[in-house]
Amino acid sequence: MQALLDVYKIRQDFPILSRKLFDGKNLVYLDNAATTQKPKEVIDAISRYYSEYNANIHRAVYQIAEEATEEYEKTREKIRKFINARHSEEIIFTRNTTESINLVAYAWGGSNVKKGNKIILTEYEHHSNLVPWQVLGRTKGAKLNYLQVDNEGYISLEELDKIISITGEGKTKLITLSEMSNVLGTIFPVKELIKLAHDKKIPVLLDGAQSVPHMPTDVQDTDCDFLAFSAHKMLGPTGVGVLYVKKEILEKMNPFISGGDMIKEVHKENTIFNEIPYKFEGGTPNIADVIGFGAAIDYLNEIGMKNVREHEVKMTEYLMSKLTEIKSIKIYGPKRSEDRGGLVSFNIEGIHPHDCATILNDFGVAIRSGHHCAQVLMEKLDIVASSRASLYIYNTKEEIDILIDALNHARRIFKT
Amino acid sequence: MSEDIYREMILDHYRNPRNKGKIEEPDIRINDSNPLCGDEISIDLKVENDVIKDIKFDGRGCAISQASASMLTEMVSNKPLTTIKDLTKDDILENIGLTNLGPARIKCALLSLKVLKLGMVKYYVDKDPSSADEMKDQSKVY
Repeated sequence: MQALLDVYKIRQDFPILSRKLFDGKNLVYLDNAATTQKPKEVIDAISRYYSEYNANIHRAVYQIAEEATEEYEKTREKIRKFINARHSEEIIFTRNTTESINLVAYAWGGSNVKKGNKIILTEYEHHSNLVPWQVLGRTKGAKLNYLQVDNEGYISLEELDKIISITGEGKTKLITLSEMSNVLGTIFPVKELIKLAHDKKIPVLLDGAQSVPHMPTDVQDTDCDFLAFSAHKMLGPTGVGVLYVKKEILEKMNPFISGGDMIKEVHKENTIFNEIPYKFEGGTPNIADVIGFGAAIDYLNEIGMKNVREHEVKMTEYLMSKLTEIKSIKIYGPKRSEDRGGLVSFNIEGIHPHDCATILNDFGVAIRSGHHCAQVLMEKLDIVASSRASLYIYNTKEEIDILIDALNHARRIFKT
Repeated sequence: MSEDIYREMILDHYRNPRNKGKIEEPDIRINDSNPLCGDEISIDLKVENDVIKDIKFDGRGCAISQASASMLTEMVSNKPLTTIKDLTKDDILENIGLTNLGPARIKCALLSLKVLKLGMVKYYVDKDPSSADEMKDQSKVY
């Protein structure tokens, strides 16, 4: 059977994957849910901007400024296409997913959420999709309702329906959830959820930090109202996030960061704001990294997001089957790999995740250990931390084998 | 290499922690956590004439944080409370035999000392609120 994507060829595009660690060890990078590595196409695009056409965008009329503006705006259009948005002005550049969500909490929540209102989220949210709503709730006197996650890592739409009904008509102002959990790996049936929410006239925000990098995204198909994600988790540079907002909502939203670039006219007493999306991009943006992100999108399109997803399903299946063979291991989240993204969280009895990660480092294996910025979920699972291995397009079965060897070595050290 | 970290002494204190639990009606009860990794340590102290008469710790976390806490309780038991003031980061790392930990793991090793110093500060400030200013830097360990 022909391989979905040529992993070994892909690996050659990532300079970091050929570096040697201590003792000449290879890097086995399995922390892709935290951030991914960058192909040379992305690194070169950033370097090209600085060495060939570094200039501020949108205002100046000379050649290199026009080139910079064009490249910056090209990325916006690439993202529109990548998530199948209707209009490129629905795409706002931010610093990261956290800032994207904060933008919605302040700019949209600030005028739409009132005292006694409810915001529904889930127990598995990353702190970035939890704390901004707590802060908004505290300011406005609104409450948060948490949708429970069951032992297998699923949520129930019946429960959601129940929560909305109990809350009372018109009281629930927003449903906000991650499309894929960064701890459990569960991919949630957002399309059905959004339909249910829209039947009750409730808008939905999707935190796409984990999902957008790993599978095809179509905002017209899911019909989400807001979508937030980060460039650095999908081969792009750090410091660039995206917020997608449906045009009809965006047009009514107040600005978030005010100042330069987001204005049309400024007078002593009043200001006329710029049109969307510029109204939401106050100050000089991260031009170089937005352009770098454009190169990352090109790279992913070249591979094809369907192929990315299929590769990860296969690799996750392999990872799950190998992990299951380890004695006294507890794996969190769904058993079916088609319900999962390419990450697996686990604990080995008697070995704390930090100790596990320290021992794995001896093998050049980089995994994440800790609460993964999801302490509400950790409380629910009654653990303080877990280990997490997360995959991407350049990971191989051989690397998973090294991970498994390293885990067995940890068991020997801890005599479990 | 991690074999140098996870030697028998650390693993022994991790699996069979000394002075683990709670003291009924302690003179000092104090806890803290490491926000990056979620390790938690709480310490109870019984103090008589400024001497640590009883000490117990409780917590959840990695082998380094828990073994380090266990060894620290043995180190200060029946010592004057003021000894805590003089304990340094290096004293702890030498005591547990881990002098070459990386920056991330050092915080695991030092969490219990931080909690103990916070407890000492609280004890003195409760006794003499006017000493708060003078004591406020005493709990720094990093």
